[in-house]
Amino acid sequence: MTTLPALQPRSQQLKRFGQHGLHTLGIGIVVASCLALLPGRRFVPTLVYSVCIALGCWLFIDCGRMLAARWAQRNEPPEVRRARSEWPGWGWMSAVLPLGTLAGYSLGNEFANRLLGEAASPADLPSFTAIVVLSMIPGIAATYFFSSRAHLAASRAQTEHAERLAAEQRLKLLASQLEPHMLFNTLANLRALIGVDPPRAQAMLDHLILFLRATLDASRASLHPLASEFARLADYLELMQVRMGARLQTRLTLPDELATRPVPTLLLQPLVENAIKHGLEPHVRGGRVEVSAGSEGTQLVLRVRDTGTGLAPAASDQGTGFGLEQVRERLAALYGPAASLELAPAPDAEGGTLATLRMPL
Amino acid sequence: MIAATALIAEDEPLLAASLQAELARLWPALRIVASVNHGQAAVEQALALQPHLLFLDIRMPGLSGLEAAQALAEDWPGEPGSAPFPLIVFVTAYDQYALRAFDHAAVDYLLKPVQSERLAQTCARLQAALRQRDQGPVAAPPALQVAVEQLRQLLHSPGVSAPAAPPAERLQVIPAAVGATVFMVPVDTVLYFEAADKYVRMVTPEREHLIRSSLRELLPQLDPQRFWQIHRGTVVRADAIASALRDESGKHTLTLAGHPDRLVASRLYAHRFKAM
Repeated sequence: MTTLPALQPRSQQLKRFGQHGLHTLGIGIVVASCLALLPGRRFVPTLVYSVCIALGCWLFIDCGRMLAARWAQRNEPPEVRRARSEWPGWGWMSAVLPLGTLAGYSLGNEFANRLLGEAASPADLPSFTAIVVLSMIPGIAATYFFSSRAHLAASRAQTEHAERLAAEQRLKLLASQLEPHMLFNTLANLRALIGVDPPRAQAMLDHLILFLRATLDASRASLHPLASEFARLADYLELMQVRMGARLQTRLTLPDELATRPVPTLLLQPLVENAIKHGLEPHVRGGRVEVSAGSEGTQLVLRVRDTGTGLAPAASDQGTGFGLEQVRERLAALYGPAASLELAPAPDAEGGTLATLRMPL
Repeated sequence: MIAATALIAEDEPLLAASLQAELARLWPALRIVASVNHGQAAVEQALALQPHLLFLDIRMPGLSGLEAAQALAEDWPGEPGSAPFPLIVFVTAYDQYALRAFDHAAVDYLLKPVQSERLAQTCARLQAALRQRDQGPVAAPPALQVAVEQLRQLLHSPGVSAPAAPPAERLQVIPAAVGATVFMVPVDTVLYFEAADKYVRMVTPEREHLIRSSLRELLPQLDPQRFWQIHRGTVVRADAIASALRDESGKHTLTLAGHPDRLVASRLYAHRFKAM
C-alpha cells in the first residue's frame, strides 16, 4: 500500500487521539463510580476494571475508526478527506463499534485480572454478551460526541476555505481591472497634463476617480444600472483616449428603455480592455471601439466590437486570458445557462472582433 | 564634444511630449532628432539618423521596445569607422519580469510616470558614458559589443521576450497547406524557418512551404536544443548547419549540408559559433 498523504499535521492527529484517550479515562471513572454505588461492589477493583475496559474499547474503536476511514476514503481527493476528518460514516461504525468493544472488553478485562492478581472467571455466554452490549453504550455515546465535534470543526474549516476562495477571487478581479500597466500609464499622462493643461488634467482625474470607485464596487460583486455601466466604460475609454489620442475612436449606444436594467458592475470592462489591448494597440493606426446595448425577445444583448487585428485563429470562442474567463464566471454565477458570451470575427468589411453577451432581460 | 542627439520612441503622444520637455529642461544641449510612435519607425529612424541616445518605450504597437533594440543591434553597421551604437534607455510603466532583467543586463531604464529626479540621474549617467566614449575609444569596449552583450542577457531572461507564455507542446509534424492539400512535414526534415511578413517560410531539402503562423508563436513549440534562433527572423536546425564564416562586422554566414541556401546569423547569436 502506498503511504497516504497526511490529512492533518501528524502532531494535531496525535493531540486529538490523546484527547479522546483522556475523555475515555473520564468516562471509565464515571462508570466505575456509578457501578460502585451498587450493593456488594468495592470501589477500587471496580475502578480498575472499568478504566481498563474503557481504555481497551477506546483503543480498538478509535484505531478501527481511523483505519476504516482511510479505507473508505482511499480514492477520494485530499480535500474531501480533510472535510470528512477521518470519519468513515455510521455504516462502517456499526461494524467497528461491536468488534472494538468485544476486543477492547476482552483485553481490558484480561489486563485488569492480571493487574489485580485475580483469576479469570469464565463467564457464561449470555452474561458475557450482556456485559459487552452494556459496555458498548458509553462507546456509542462517546463516538457520537467525538464525531459531531469533528464534523463541526470540519464544516467550520470548510466555511473558512470557501471564504478564502471568495476573497482570492475578489482580489483577482480587482487586479485584472486595475491592471498596473494601465494605472501607471494613466498616472504618467496625468502628470504630463498637470503641467500643460490643468483643466484637462482635472477632468482626467475625475474620470479616474469614478473608474477606480466602480472597480472597488465590482470586486464586491454588486449590480448597477446599465446606464452606470456605460458611464464607467465612458470613463475608462476617456482615460484611454487621453493616452492614445487620435488612434482611438469610440462609440457608445444605449437605448433609453434599457438604461435602468441592472447588470453586474464593470462586467463589460474586460471586453473593452481586450478590444483595445489585443485589437487596437498592436495597430499603428489604431481604430474604433463600439459598445452597444439592445434587446432581442426576452434577452438583453450587449456587444463590444473593435476594428482591430481580429482573432488569432486558435483563440476564437474559447476564452483565452483571465479577462474573458472572469466575465464568463460572473455570468454563470448570476444567470447560469441563461447567459452567454460569444467571441467572433466582426461580420462586416472593417474586420476586427465582436464580443456578444446575452443575458435574461 | 559635439552636441548629443537622441531619439524618443513612445506611442502615447502626451508622454512623448512630456519626456521631450523634461529633457530640454534637464539637458538643454541635447538635441531630439526624432520622436516616433511605433517600434518599426524607431528602427528606421535610428538607422537613418544614428543618434547617440535612444529612449525606447517597451510597449508599442508594431515592434516592442525590446524587439526594436534587437533589430537595431542586428542591423547596425558594424564596420570600423561607422557611428557607435546608441546608448539605450528603456521606458516602461510596469513590467514585473523585465525590471530585474534590466538591472542584470546593466541597461538603464525609467519607470513611468518618469520623475524629474530620476531622469536627472539618467542624464548624468548618459553624459558620463558619452564623455568616456569620446575620450578613449581604446579604453572603452566598442559600444556595439557592449550593447549586444546586454541585449543577449535581456533576451535570455525568463519572461522578457515572451511574457508568461505557458510551456507549449513540442511539434513533431507541421501541417502545411498547399491549395487544398495539406502536407504533413516532419519537423526533423525542416532545414530552417524564416519569418516572411505574417507567414513563416519552412524550408526542407525537397521544397518549401508557407505556414500561417508567426515565428514568435512557432518558436516555443520547437526543441531549442535542435532548432537554433540565429537571427530575429531565422531559426535553423542545428545539425543541418555545415559551416559558419565570420565577417568583420560580427555576423556569420552559414552554409547548410545538402542545400545551396546561405543563412545569416546576427551578432546577437554569434556566441553559438565559437569554436571549441
